[in-house]
Amino acid sequence: MTTTEAPAVAVRGLRKSYGDFEAVQGIDFEVRPGEVFGFLGPNGAGKTTTISMLCTLTRPSGGSASVAGHDVVKERDEVRRNIGLVFQDPTLDGYLTAEQNLRFHAELYGVPREAVAERIRQVMEMVALWDRRDAKVNTFSGGMKRRLEIARGLLHSPRVLFLDEPTVGLDPQTRSAIWGYINRLRHSEDITIFMTTHYMDEAEYCDRIAIIDHGQIVVIDSPEALKASVGEDRVQIHTADDERAITALKERFGLDAALREGVVTFAVPAGEAFVPRLFAELGLPISSVSVSRPSLDDVFMNYTGSTIRDAEGESGSSAWMRAMARR
Amino acid sequence: MTTGVTAPGVVRVHVPGRSVRHDLRAIKIVLHREMLRFLNDRTRMVSTLVQPALWLFVLGTGLGTLVSRGPAEGVDFRTFIYPGVIAMTVVTTAMFSAGSIVWDREFGFLREMLVAPVGRASIVIGKCLGGGIVATVQGVIILALAGLVHVPYSPTLILTLLGEMFLASVTITAFGVSIAARMKNMQSFFGIMQMAIMPMIFLSGAMFPLAGLPGWLAFLTKINPLTYAVDPMRHAVFGHLSVSPAAMEALNPGVHWFGWRVSTGVELALVALMGLALLGLAIAQFRRTD
Repeated sequence: MTTTEAPAVAVRGLRKSYGDFEAVQGIDFEVRPGEVFGFLGPNGAGKTTTISMLCTLTRPSGGSASVAGHDVVKERDEVRRNIGLVFQDPTLDGYLTAEQNLRFHAELYGVPREAVAERIRQVMEMVALWDRRDAKVNTFSGGMKRRLEIARGLLHSPRVLFLDEPTVGLDPQTRSAIWGYINRLRHSEDITIFMTTHYMDEAEYCDRIAIIDHGQIVVIDSPEALKASVGEDRVQIHTADDERAITALKERFGLDAALREGVVTFAVPAGEAFVPRLFAELGLPISSVSVSRPSLDDVFMNYTGSTIRDAEGESGSSAWMRAMARR
Repeated sequence: MTTGVTAPGVVRVHVPGRSVRHDLRAIKIVLHREMLRFLNDRTRMVSTLVQPALWLFVLGTGLGTLVSRGPAEGVDFRTFIYPGVIAMTVVTTAMFSAGSIVWDREFGFLREMLVAPVGRASIVIGKCLGGGIVATVQGVIILALAGLVHVPYSPTLILTLLGEMFLASVTITAFGVSIAARMKNMQSFFGIMQMAIMPMIFLSGAMFPLAGLPGWLAFLTKINPLTYAVDPMRHAVFGHLSVSPAAMEALNPGVHWFGWRVSTGVELALVALMGLALLGLAIAQFRRTD
């Protein structure tokens, strides 16, 4: 394969607008071969639109993008042959069996006939569904369907696997099982994984993360580097009067505190050492306090000014966006 | 390779570039899925049979007491509407098959097909041939009832009807797909389908002979495409009956353009041409959804 050394995904000034609304506003990034690359942002931030453009489902309004070395507009079929897709919404035929769904895919993608049966067995074993191959997909749980879709996405040995919110709507146990498969994949399949998520804890599994908000990329780095860049611990306090507490924090300590998810939250270096001072000097009764090391949540807050859940609340366009992307 | 080590025993498949062979495989698998879906869906098979059985045996028997007089004396009304009922069955089944595209869109499966590295044409052709075969199979069940309405089980008649049914089915499926391509939900598709099918069947000569009609009605039947699919079937059936020339004249008058009786060959060619045109339209519709 000659394209291995080139970036798996290269994006230059990529834009997409729907009428007056600019869903993606000129983004640039590269994904290295073999990487697990996470696209992180609230619903409506432009994640799904970007993934749709990279998968040749949506035509960019401007800029360019290549996947596995092929231009997403000019070499659409080449791109399609080299990518696997797992969408947010299921795209299986529930009236067919698991194996029939995969066979359909193999034929449609032109997987060499002599390899079809063996490859189907292999991907189904990878997601532990081989013994359910003859069951109708309608009888599957949400998690099993997602696993089957991952298996299907891998069937034609794509260079890049796109996972759009692969664990959304699944219970924690299934989520961690899916992550188990994804991690194993990286070793067994020699593949680049491009995924979107709005679960902060899942973003930790990625080699690198791009944070996207309001159609723009805010920052790209590894989870560790991003957390280190925040540098400060997060302190959350419960008080009887949050407004006064915020004012007092500003006046006495010069700290910018704000209500995040209903709790007075602020960032401070060496948070644990700060707590005694806080109790002594705030001049207000504090009922509880928690100090946490920077998480990706804080990173997100640091770069976008809101937590991912707050950001989702404000974005009324998300349902519309998804409808547009879904067709 | 700088990335990861391929685990032993992993079959890395290499997917070759686009080729005619690949397109044919795509057509075949889309068609195959239509068949699987049909065979799995017994309720649909039964429900699309109830309607023709009602027409043939209930309405046909009831109206028959009124109709079988005059020049049509001696011909069972059910024998007359038999080819019409075949056409009806085929049309309804084919439209249902086409409607499954809307279903696929609603349930996401269409996306699986649309992101594949195959041409839209392969998908549409596969769908139309699949719909054609499914509708023909459904028609075979009506063919099996021939004896009950005094139509002989002649091999040439059966083969002729099969061919004509298949041609009509593919054309109707293409018609349905070109409508369904832009539809977002099943309800609106079925609404449009009802609106299109009823007048087409009523005006096709499926239920009454196209002789001695008032001018406006005669005109409407002539511009109805389905007329040219029903008439060859009736012609084939009546060719295997022994009826009086008067009854033949009254019940199997054929379609006339300015006094010329349109030959079966021309009628079938018309249906085939329409089929191709509609197929082209359906493919174009699909390309536009990109």
